[in-house]
Amino acid sequence: MEQNSTKERLDGRVTATNGEQNGTSRRLTDEEFDRYSRQMIVPEMGKEAQLRLINSKVLFIGAGGLGCPAAQYVAGAGVGTIGIIDSDVVEPSNLHRQVGHATSRIGMKKVDSLITHLRDLNPLPTYVPYTFPLSPENAADIISQYDLILDCTDNPATRYLISDVCVLLCKPLVSAASIQKSGQLIVLNCPPTPQGKLDKKYPPCYRCCFRKPPPANTQLSCGEAGIMGPVVGLMGVAQAGEAVKILASGLHLPSSTPETPEDDPHNLIQPTLLIYSYDLNAAPGPFTFRALKMAPRKKNCFACGENSPQTLTLEGIRSGNPNYVQFCGIQTAKTTLPIEERMTALAYHVVKQTGILPNHILLDTREKEHFSFGSIDGAVNFPFGKLLMKAATIKRDGGDAEEILPVKSAEDPIFVVCRRGLDSQEAVEKLRELGLDHGGKRKIVDIIGGMKAWKEEVDPSFPFI
Amino acid sequence: MAPEPDTMPISVDFLGGLETLFSNNPHHTISLPLLNPSDSSPANVGFLISHLVKNHLKHPRTEFFVHSDGHLTPGILVLINDADWELEGEEECKLQAGDKVVFVSTMHGG
Ligand SMILES: [Zn+2]
Repeated sequence: MEQNSTKERLDGRVTATNGEQNGTSRRLTDEEFDRYSRQMIVPEMGKEAQLRLINSKVLFIGAGGLGCPAAQYVAGAGVGTIGIIDSDVVEPSNLHRQVGHATSRIGMKKVDSLITHLRDLNPLPTYVPYTFPLSPENAADIISQYDLILDCTDNPATRYLISDVCVLLCKPLVSAASIQKSGQLIVLNCPPTPQGKLDKKYPPCYRCCFRKPPPANTQLSCGEAGIMGPVVGLMGVAQAGEAVKILASGLHLPSSTPETPEDDPHNLIQPTLLIYSYDLNAAPGPFTFRALKMAPRKKNCFACGENSPQTLTLEGIRSGNPNYVQFCGIQTAKTTLPIEERMTALAYHVVKQTGILPNHILLDTREKEHFSFGSIDGAVNFPFGKLLMKAATIKRDGGDAEEILPVKSAEDPIFVVCRRGLDSQEAVEKLRELGLDHGGKRKIVDIIGGMKAWKEEVDPSFPFI
Repeated sequence: MAPEPDTMPISVDFLGGLETLFSNNPHHTISLPLLNPSDSSPANVGFLISHLVKNHLKHPRTEFFVHSDGHLTPGILVLINDADWELEGEEECKLQAGDKVVFVSTMHGG
């Protein structure tokens, strides 16, 4: 690590230091010198660290809420090769948090949009676009070309795939995630350590820390649960911070990795899981940032533990073993309700328009935030969580089930609509269990596909979020 | 708050969104009975989880914290006095007065 004074460091501009691997002995160009001077004069940075950045290759997996802010700072810092992989296109609902895109680039591939932005910020790096999704077939070929990987994805299956390939190819991984008002960050497999090595303490992989994914029905996406821009932005910037730190200090190079004493509080053998949580109604408090110390590499880890060379290989991954999608579960629409208890959004609209449909109750089980943006005429908001809670209370304590409905009219049929058609089916079942169908005399009907289907089949101008 | 007899104070934190299931409060100090009344065994983390569900979980979407069989939902990280609970025996880990237990839900969005 360079500890020279600023003056000596400035002299480094013309005086080549002793030769070091990766060309850290070359001079900086005038353009590089001007552009990176403010970070080079920071103590412990300097010319050699800057050249390490310039000689490094970083891969961003995901060009969304994490990838945009992370890539901005990594590109700004002068990392020489920047690969970005993502198959999505820019949508208006991305822009509150995906600040590397622009209104003028809606509809463009996110990778091309972000690179447009980054080139304008810093034209010196080489940018490598991959406009297709990362898959078990292509992951190793792409990841092998980089020194450091940033996991900026949005789903557990890809997160496990990335970590497994990073273990097998000996790549350090900076992983972040965010949802609603919370974010998390951790540096994994750094210094990079070969699979199965356990003669002393080594850094963990993603599976060491998160052995099993949450069940599919509790995995929330930003599209469903929402996400605050500054929260995910902060995690992305923190990822960039860790990436620049690792590359500038050469921690990504297995050969030059210095022996870090186990009790050194800065070592990455027991990395910190940083949790940022944000309460919209409160001032920052002691729980805004939490730093949790994780365990080192685990003996029984499927990907990096003692027997892992038998359980996880690159050839295996390429040919579909493990099956990441199955491991993480897929949330599929239930179709347990018989067809006579279901109706398409279009059919509901038509029977209502033509006057065939008698008086009825239409329950909208979306959250009140969603309901407030618009609903079908006559719909009454009855959030699904509230419905479940009231149903549970009646089951436990007894009482008149009719009372839980937000509107009273004992004979009228009940229609239930939700956001995408899953909760509404469960709601129909719950209402029936409570006897609200009067032994079959009163119809309780699910509107298939929810408000999403309503927008597609009936009202294209409906503000579906 | 004076401790109730035959209970011990346990510090419980909920992070990563789990706090929304527990009255939107990330930090709780709870009075945990010293013995699990169902079999009079000393309180362990499994008992703490069922105690939390019974007395503190104020949200209908309980599946985000426990399975229907009462076990913790996979994907939730547990730290007992700053150590990964997998190294401490998971639900079997015995608790003592003043222990700190942290539950973190894993996030995947980005
Ligand atoms: Zn591992």
